[in-house]
Amino acid sequence: MEKNFDQHISRQFNQELENLRQKMMSMGGMVEEMLQNAVRAVVSGDTALAERVIQADDRVNAIEKSLDEECTLIIARRQPTASDLRLIFAIIKAISDLERIGDEAEKIARWAIALADLHRPRNDYRELEQMGVTVLGMLRKGLDGFTRMAPETAVEIIQQDKKVDQDYEAIFRQYYSYMVEDAKSIRRILDALLIAKALERIGDHCKNLGEYIVYLVEGRDLRHETASEFVRQVTEE
Amino acid sequence: METSASNEPRGSDAGSVSSGLFDENRQTLDIKREKVCIEVRDLDLYYGNDQALKNVNLKIAHNRVTAFIGPSGCGKSTLLRCFNRMNDLIDICRIEGEILIDGKNIHDRDVDVAEHRRRVGMVFQKPNPFPKSIFENVAYGLRLQGVNDKRRLAEVVERSLRAAALWDEVKDRLDDNAFGLSGGQQQRLVIARAVAIEPEVILLDEPCSALDPISTAKVEELIQELKNDYTIVIVTHNMQQAARVSDFTAYMYMGELIEFDDTARLFTNPRRKATEDYITGRYG
Repeated sequence: MEKNFDQHISRQFNQELENLRQKMMSMGGMVEEMLQNAVRAVVSGDTALAERVIQADDRVNAIEKSLDEECTLIIARRQPTASDLRLIFAIIKAISDLERIGDEAEKIARWAIALADLHRPRNDYRELEQMGVTVLGMLRKGLDGFTRMAPETAVEIIQQDKKVDQDYEAIFRQYYSYMVEDAKSIRRILDALLIAKALERIGDHCKNLGEYIVYLVEGRDLRHETASEFVRQVTEE
Repeated sequence: METSASNEPRGSDAGSVSSGLFDENRQTLDIKREKVCIEVRDLDLYYGNDQALKNVNLKIAHNRVTAFIGPSGCGKSTLLRCFNRMNDLIDICRIEGEILIDGKNIHDRDVDVAEHRRRVGMVFQKPNPFPKSIFENVAYGLRLQGVNDKRRLAEVVERSLRAAALWDEVKDRLDDNAFGLSGGQQQRLVIARAVAIEPEVILLDEPCSALDPISTAKVEELIQELKNDYTIVIVTHNMQQAARVSDFTAYMYMGELIEFDDTARLFTNPRRKATEDYITGRYG
């Protein structure tokens, strides 16, 4: 299905859908920046940057509310059907995940502030940075997939999500052994572990974005399928 | 969209739903699993030299609501009128192909048109009550059949008005002239008149286009009640109405049947781009 919000007989409807899409993309952009800055703050110990992330969350929440309201109005006014209906539905679902990603980024920023005061490991939490880079890439793919209406991005996202889950498991085991070795590190390591868990959750939210893209473009609901079944269904014609 | 659970084929078939588009309780309807009431085969219809229907093939499911949608002039009303042979009245109209009701070709020579129209009732866009009392409007069809027994007539009139969800509003003034009713009440009266002679099929040609939203809602509610006992075919310009009331929807364009499917499927994920463009209000 090609992107064709601009072909309605009602030009105002075109405009309403285009506004929705743009607003969702700018919300996505804000969340992306929050996530990027939150991970940077963890690695660099930059508490001012972390504070900025915490402040940005209010704006993201406000956009979510206003997008929900606009979607409600469009449903009431236009009674959208088919791809228009799926677009509205996918946006309502997607922005809820974006908002949750924003919440996770805010939490990461708060733990970054806590960690900044504590002893810093020699590798500056490189393992968290790497995980952050992967989930940031997934988030970008999700937003890009929405813009281009490209279900194949969902396949890439779901494959990366598997990697993120494995990374989390590895970090968990690594941190566990640190705590066993050095009881004084427990408080710091627990905070770092919570960050890893938050990143893993963000990966799950990105996976949801991928599922909404498939629903938006193809009208198929592949939630709760196994990863391999998901990939099979999206890639087969 | 809720569909009557009692009619749903369930059980072993449930696993065959191809996509997870609908929740597990809502099975996508498939005409292949339905009992067929009306079958249209290779139907061509001409008004003089103009072809109004082009090779239409279609099945209408028994005790379901089927909606015909499409832009003005697409042939949906023409097709509906074929079902009770209304087009016989038009001199220049020529029909090729077959229309079977319960397996019987309605154009066979031995078909009595009056009897056929008793089996296939029709309700029009504008309510057309007769200039008679409410009671006599509903009793009209029975009187034509020679029924004059007062108790029998009273029984049928009450049952039909109840079926048309009009009884409570008119029971105290059955002898008043039908023209005193509101437009919505008149339309339900006409439906009661159609129901009184116990047809198998009720054809509704834009039944709500002259009605206000409350009367429209009442008629739509009525359609849901009626489908327990009758096969219903409705032509409507109001796509949301088709989405609300019907089980199956046929999209027609320029005399052709473009897409026919389960209504929920057609309105959320149509297979044809032409259908998508029409129902989402895009340029065709």
